[in-house]
Amino acid sequence: MEDNKKPLSKLSRWGLKKSPWAFHLNTGSCNNCDIEILDALTPKYDLERFGIILIGSPRHADVLLVTGIVTMQTMPRVLNVYEQIARPCLVVAVGACACSGGIFDGSYHMVGPIDKIIPVDVYIPGCPPRPEAIIDGVVKGLAKL
Amino acid sequence: MYVGLVVVFPGFVFTAFIGLLSSWFDRKLSARLQWRVGPPWYQGFADVAKLLGKETVLPQGSSRMTFLGAPYVGFAAVIVVATIVWMASIRPDSGFVGDLIVVLYLLYVPSLALIVGGSASRNPFAALGASREMKLMLAYEVSFLLAVFTLLVKNGGIVSLGGMVAYQQAGGAMLSQGISCIIAFIVTLIYVPAKLAMGPFDIPEAECELIAGPYTEYSGAPLAVFKLTKAMLLCVLPVLVITLFATTAWSPWAILWYVLFLVVLVLIKNTNPRLRIDQALRFFWGPVLVLSVVGIVLATLGL
Repeated sequence: MEDNKKPLSKLSRWGLKKSPWAFHLNTGSCNNCDIEILDALTPKYDLERFGIILIGSPRHADVLLVTGIVTMQTMPRVLNVYEQIARPCLVVAVGACACSGGIFDGSYHMVGPIDKIIPVDVYIPGCPPRPEAIIDGVVKGLAKL
Repeated sequence: MYVGLVVVFPGFVFTAFIGLLSSWFDRKLSARLQWRVGPPWYQGFADVAKLLGKETVLPQGSSRMTFLGAPYVGFAAVIVVATIVWMASIRPDSGFVGDLIVVLYLLYVPSLALIVGGSASRNPFAALGASREMKLMLAYEVSFLLAVFTLLVKNGGIVSLGGMVAYQQAGGAMLSQGISCIIAFIVTLIYVPAKLAMGPFDIPEAECELIAGPYTEYSGAPLAVFKLTKAMLLCVLPVLVITLFATTAWSPWAILWYVLFLVVLVLIKNTNPRLRIDQALRFFWGPVLVLSVVGIVLATLGL
């Protein structure tokens, strides 16, 4: 799972920065962060300006937006989705729960936070983070690639 | 020389360029209709460039040859169609007898490639998308063939694209030659979004039910090829329609026609909700078929 960063040609790296397709994965969050992710995709913020679109298939994804603590039930599914993504990809932990467990830290059903399961590139704290913060985080992560 | 015609102008490179620009135009205009700003003009190129660099994942249990080969078959067919259609409309004397029939056959191939690729990817969503694509194909093809047949009745049986262009250069654009041609044009206008799986007919890749339909398991270069095929179809189909109905020669007016046609397609797409597959079948085998038959009858009456 360490082959997260596949070497890219200059052209493809440019393409990746100009058209990051996001896949949204809820691993047991309270839906607050999920709603903020959807907020970031509304006409007000209009992420398609930067080529960002929300896609349904992990195979097409460049950015994996993970929300929520990883519960015992969702853990195998998180791994499954992560393995389905075509490399290179960026894993973004959205919200306090995904970053550290938040108020659920130490709960009996919690396996996470997400960086215990899969490597995370960007942490966006906040409960929930504002759409601006999510956009900022994804952009900073793409600059790393 | 023939290699240059197929690869550079007017085949692959030129059509792909226009097609990716057209796909941007589609997205930009849709965005403006939704009070958004929309992507920059190079968006289509960035998408393809990125996908070409990404990993190609082969799903476990899928058929390797068919899964990876299908996109390229459809792609090759579109390149040939693009070359024939452009050449016929730029230089009407360069075609061959019956190239319209070849074009009609080759236009099946991208849809067939999508069906084969989707079925080979061993994914229930892809299989469902492929089956819907097949049903949609059965729905729209008959009406479109009847619309083309109307033109043949009208022009006295000229089946070459170049001949049809020459015929229109002599006697005026097909659209101005009677009500039957206008009916055929309306039928074709309904056929094009169905063929492109856009507008109210994006049933095969319905993203809110089927993830991405037949494309679900595709990633990396094969997905890029599929996207490119679709973008090139978005260029080729309007050009074919303009060649059949409205060209007297390729002039600034024809470019205006092309943009206008794209605008109409995007408006149809943005103002109509997606049909169910059974509604689409009923629509094409009902009103649209009746309309195209009426067109043919009127054409035989000389209207």
